[in-house]
Amino acid sequence: MSQNLTLRASVLSLLILSLFLITWHIATRGSTSVASMDPEYAKLMGLTATTGKSAMPGPLDVAAKIWEHLRNPFYDRGPNDKGLGIQLAYSIGRVMLGYLIAVAVAIPTGFVIGMSPLMSRALNPFIQLMKPISPLAWMPLALYTIKDSSISAIFVIFICSLWPMMINTAFGVASVRKEWLNVARTLEVPPFRRAFTVILPAAAPTILTGMRISIGIAWLVIVAAEMLVGGTGIGYFVWNEWNNLSITNVIISILVIGLVGMLLDQALARVARLVTYPD
Amino acid sequence: MTDFISIESIARRYPKAGGGETTIFEDLWFSMNKGEFSCIIGHSGCGKTSVLNMLAGLELPDDGVAVVDGRAIEGPSLDRAVIFQSHALLPWRTVLGNVSYAVSSRWREWSSDKVREQAMRFIELVGLKGSESKKPSELSGGMKQRVGIARALSIEPKILLMDEPFSALDALTRGTLQDEVRRICLDTGQTAFMITHDVDEAIYLADRIVLMTNGPNAMVAEIVENPLPRDRRRIDLHKHPDYYALRNHLIDFLVSRSRSFKDEIPEGYQKRHPPVVRPTAKPTAPGDDNRQVA
Repeated sequence: MSQNLTLRASVLSLLILSLFLITWHIATRGSTSVASMDPEYAKLMGLTATTGKSAMPGPLDVAAKIWEHLRNPFYDRGPNDKGLGIQLAYSIGRVMLGYLIAVAVAIPTGFVIGMSPLMSRALNPFIQLMKPISPLAWMPLALYTIKDSSISAIFVIFICSLWPMMINTAFGVASVRKEWLNVARTLEVPPFRRAFTVILPAAAPTILTGMRISIGIAWLVIVAAEMLVGGTGIGYFVWNEWNNLSITNVIISILVIGLVGMLLDQALARVARLVTYPD
Repeated sequence: MTDFISIESIARRYPKAGGGETTIFEDLWFSMNKGEFSCIIGHSGCGKTSVLNMLAGLELPDDGVAVVDGRAIEGPSLDRAVIFQSHALLPWRTVLGNVSYAVSSRWREWSSDKVREQAMRFIELVGLKGSESKKPSELSGGMKQRVGIARALSIEPKILLMDEPFSALDALTRGTLQDEVRRICLDTGQTAFMITHDVDEAIYLADRIVLMTNGPNAMVAEIVENPLPRDRRRIDLHKHPDYYALRNHLIDFLVSRSRSFKDEIPEGYQKRHPPVVRPTAKPTAPGDDNRQVA
């Protein structure tokens, strides 16, 4: 029955996809009539007006371009012409660096907050205040103090990944079942061993949920951050291609951003499955 | 007489919502001997669990002291193992993992082979051989509680503390586990203390039964000595001449005297030395309501 459901769902998915592609293809085929105009004026109007073809590329144009990118993803012809693979690698590198620093800070801090009601009360106002700040609002401050645009982008990733992980870790640690802690207490398990053998495994699913939320936010933010700082990265690539009026490349970037975001999320979901325990 | 476990004038108080304090119990005294199986019976809210938690060292009394083997309890200890009502197994560990965790906490210097050997010995003792690599979620309620028992016994504690360990189980499983706990305790001379609501469980398992009146301001009304022979068996328990005297005495206490005891405290009652009673089929003195003060 469930296999049948999977099959039917896949068929439906494919159907929706082909419907979308066909609509897209028809919509961009260029059926509008060409207005007759003065040749000088036509030059100013561009291809859209003179050939009747929309500047919006069709699915076939995009597919051809994707093939081109796939064949040579890592070329480097100067600062404004790098392969898609290189741009992606820059973005992923920045996200990973900022994210890992955030993990290293957020999980121990979250542990302390979760274990100590005093720290929880004391730090709560700061967390509540910092959490809703758009990470990009930190950018000017980061640029001014760090004086390096690439590191500033990493800082922005760090700051936006921090809060969900910290809050989830604190929550997970604080809500470890009392009976499990009592087991550790009656066995005279010393605090450090207790943290690693009882609290961490008990809170791991909640912590992983926080890590998943954070990587999602980090990937959203890197695109915007790179549009601001420029130079390299997929965000910069999107903005650069918009300035080049290459809508095809913009569409491809959007697809690739979605794809990478999905892969990052799925990777963490897989880790989460490893640490989840049935109750 | 030096008692193995001695509870001396302990109290538990909670702050009331509108200020002031609720006293669950205070000036509570009783004692237990080595190798003895004691049950404590009383209605919810009389503070039975607090008494057990104080013996475990998970709670400290607001007044008084609990003494084990000549030393005041200041915190949890590996000498006192607890079997929790909700089994409290760590769900991310296997059966063997849960028991080994206790064993390796008890003997930190042991090699992993030795830990495993000790853990397996107790898993076998509770009849779970073959299930040692299962996770708790794959076990039935009775099997989970067996793991809890194996975990508690594997650290070879001086005292076994049980907080209604069988109350969440069905009657058949409960009976089997009672048999096993009784067998293990008798074989090893284990000192045990158990909270129960179940009169028959107390009659079958306990050498002495502590009766607690209703809270707040609960008291130890009396300590009942079990008149049934030590080699009693579940199947012919009810044929023993003293069985009904004991059972009626306990039920009578739970139904009415647990409530009314406070208002009609018998003459000569001392909190420090609660009367010890041994209900038997023949009343020893007329009008003494089957009770005989030892």
